[in-house]
Amino acid sequence: MLELRNITKRFGNVLANDSVSFAVQPGTIHAIVGENGAGKSTAMRIAYGFYTADSGDIVIDGQAREIRTPHDAIALGIGMVHQHFMLVEPMTVAENIVLGAEPGNAASLDLRKAAEEIRKVSNEFKLSVDPNATIESLSVGQQQRVELLKALYRRAQLLILDEPTAVLTPQEVEEFFVILRGMREQGKTIVIITHKLSEVLAISDNVTVMRDGRVVGDVKTSATNAAELARMMVGREVLLRVEKPDAKPGAALISVRDFSIAGRDGTKRVDKVSFEVRAGEIVGIAGVEGNGQTELIEALAGLIPGSYVSGSINFEGRDITRLDARARKELGIAHVPEDRHRRGLLLDFSLAENTILGVHYRKPAVTGPGSIFLDQKGIQRRTEQVIRDFDVRPPNPELPARALSGGNQQKLIIGREFELPPKFLLVSQPTRGVDIGAIEFIHRKIVEMRDAGCAVLLVSAELEEVTALSDRLLVIHNGRVVGEVDPKVTTNEEIGLMMTGGRAGTSA
Amino acid sequence: MKLYREILFPLIAVLAAFVIGGIVVLLIGDSPIQTYRLLIGSAFSWPDGIGYTLFYATPLIFTGLAVAVAFRCGLLNIGAEGQLYIGAFAAAWFGIKFAGASAWVLLPVCCLAAILAGAIWGGIPGLLKARFGSHEVINTIMLNFVAIALVSYFTQYHYKTPGDPILETVPIGPGAHIARLGKFIPGLPERIPLNFAFILAILACVFVYVLLWKTKWGYEIRATGANPSAAEYGGISIRKQIILAMSISGGLAGMVGINEVLGYRYRYYDGFSANYGFVGIAVALLGRNHPVGVFLAAILFAILLRGGIFVDAYTIHVSKDIVDMLQGIVIILVALRPDAIFGSLKKLSRAKA
Repeated sequence: MLELRNITKRFGNVLANDSVSFAVQPGTIHAIVGENGAGKSTAMRIAYGFYTADSGDIVIDGQAREIRTPHDAIALGIGMVHQHFMLVEPMTVAENIVLGAEPGNAASLDLRKAAEEIRKVSNEFKLSVDPNATIESLSVGQQQRVELLKALYRRAQLLILDEPTAVLTPQEVEEFFVILRGMREQGKTIVIITHKLSEVLAISDNVTVMRDGRVVGDVKTSATNAAELARMMVGREVLLRVEKPDAKPGAALISVRDFSIAGRDGTKRVDKVSFEVRAGEIVGIAGVEGNGQTELIEALAGLIPGSYVSGSINFEGRDITRLDARARKELGIAHVPEDRHRRGLLLDFSLAENTILGVHYRKPAVTGPGSIFLDQKGIQRRTEQVIRDFDVRPPNPELPARALSGGNQQKLIIGREFELPPKFLLVSQPTRGVDIGAIEFIHRKIVEMRDAGCAVLLVSAELEEVTALSDRLLVIHNGRVVGEVDPKVTTNEEIGLMMTGGRAGTSA
Repeated sequence: MKLYREILFPLIAVLAAFVIGGIVVLLIGDSPIQTYRLLIGSAFSWPDGIGYTLFYATPLIFTGLAVAVAFRCGLLNIGAEGQLYIGAFAAAWFGIKFAGASAWVLLPVCCLAAILAGAIWGGIPGLLKARFGSHEVINTIMLNFVAIALVSYFTQYHYKTPGDPILETVPIGPGAHIARLGKFIPGLPERIPLNFAFILAILACVFVYVLLWKTKWGYEIRATGANPSAAEYGGISIRKQIILAMSISGGLAGMVGINEVLGYRYRYYDGFSANYGFVGIAVALLGRNHPVGVFLAAILFAILLRGGIFVDAYTIHVSKDIVDMLQGIVIILVALRPDAIFGSLKKLSRAKA
């Protein structure tokens, strides 16, 4: 169906694709895996006409083709769904889908006809999308199906999906895979770019592994396993399981009582939650995203104004409910935020300036009378230490944070927070969008912190991550803690059921 | 690389503006070369050209810095015009009220009055934004009208010399006069109003640089401007930074009053500002919100401001409006970001190849 032959692409000094060749068989689901920056997105963007290759051929159905723009790609039956959706929020599904391919003539837009056709396509592929709903009323999973519809409406035979599951909840991923299998049965060909190995094994027929701009493996999925794929991706043995000794918890360090958080619209985001975290243990919070985890962590870090919060937080026997973020950090509460671009980093600031965020007003970051002036030497030392201890690459303190890969940005934040040093760690989505090598490293560091006597509260959308890391697991649903489980004995299915309110539903 | 771009792109914008302006001059029917010789060449004569150019640049440095500081905190201060009027009037008021005081007391008091009055006037929209979330652009624009009307009222009804046909206050005391640089520089006559406020403007550039890049306060201001969510996460009070940055911004704008009242006219003269507050936005934009850039951009705009007079006098068709046109083109080109233009040009040439 689609074949790349010796595709080479250079961005400045960076060789993004180095003679990349592989073939996608028609009617299959083909996974392309690799770490961030391995060149997988670049290769597929060349196939879709976003970039033009410096050299090499794209062969479609046995014929070499020139694809200069996405228009060319669409005409050849190639569709692409991006990680970040390209939808106009206030407009309807139908309006979004016909955008750029409007039916009817210039004077009149025949939306009704379009809606009819969209409904037909939607039913054919069991997407169950209402053409007349506005985008903003849809869930993220549904929005993604609109993107699929967009490509199908333009009669795509080959769909390229760039990290499609990154924005989905575990349940939505399952539904999404059912849809993809249905599409394969209807004869469509699908290329899925991902770095999650479990998904590769679950959905694909064939898999191409990329590393450093080159294809390092091209195998049948049934003939490989996660460990082998990880080794090819990273280029060395990778520990996929978290290895940790049993926790030796001490006294309760932080206890939260009847804690509620109201949203700006007045609804309860967190509803009378009580729990404690002891020194030397990792307490995980499992839940479908949007069930109050975000607000809970932000409130514990002191980032939600007191007027939205009720209940109490006790830290080392002291009521800290009314303390602001700076005062809490001074007590030893560190926070790895879930959204590193929005919360965690000043993207245009240098690594050095980023490593002092939150401690920029005290030693070693400042010097002189009244501690007014920034101490460039002190900042330099601290930055070099974080870069060294947390293996941030490239190790140049003057580089803007924007220039780093997601994994290295995350290591920078984690390094900054872990070297406070903290007594209590709030960690939210520590490995989101981070490559496998860095995930292993970050997990090890979190366990090290625990073993050094730190109390850790961990939130992750990856169920496997929270169950692997946590010593105790709280399950949250609709802003309430619906249960506490031991991740060593409880299965993921049981936890998944609790996350969706399953237990409450059966007992009511 | 970064520094190179920071300097190169504004420079390209300026050169491109001159090329476009030259075409317009040609179409009007004058010689671009002669027009530009008048426009720019007049700035380099000694002592008048250089003296007046630096004098014109002084208020633009202050307002350019004012806009830049606010911008580094993510705020658009459109109110430098109002702040400088309030600052100028405050300086004059102390100079009039305590006209008999000795220079050792009166001069610092008048200078501080200009700075503080401007800071308060700039701090008000900052406070409104921090407290109620109302947008600083709207509030600073509106406060311009209030400021201009307010000082005009006081001048007209309370501090005017009876019988004076011009709308200006009575003179300030001699103790409030700032020395003209001509007094100290051989060859520079004292009739040229370039005064110590220019030295203050240079010091203000240094102050802003040190504040923004070398102190923890500047770090907090810049962090707030770069990403308020991350600043908040770093324990920085965004509200405090907004009020602080707007006050500093207003204070810098208020310093225009030192140049105008204490160093030039020795009284408050209604409507003295040649849109310094608004040109300051252009100065900051061209100067990339950096003190060095602001200084250079202010000099450039001062050259144009002065050169415009000669263009008016000595060309047949072109008027001094060419200055406004050039300023406008420069701003559009800077706002367009030359790197973006180059990027699309490259794409275009590749598509054609």
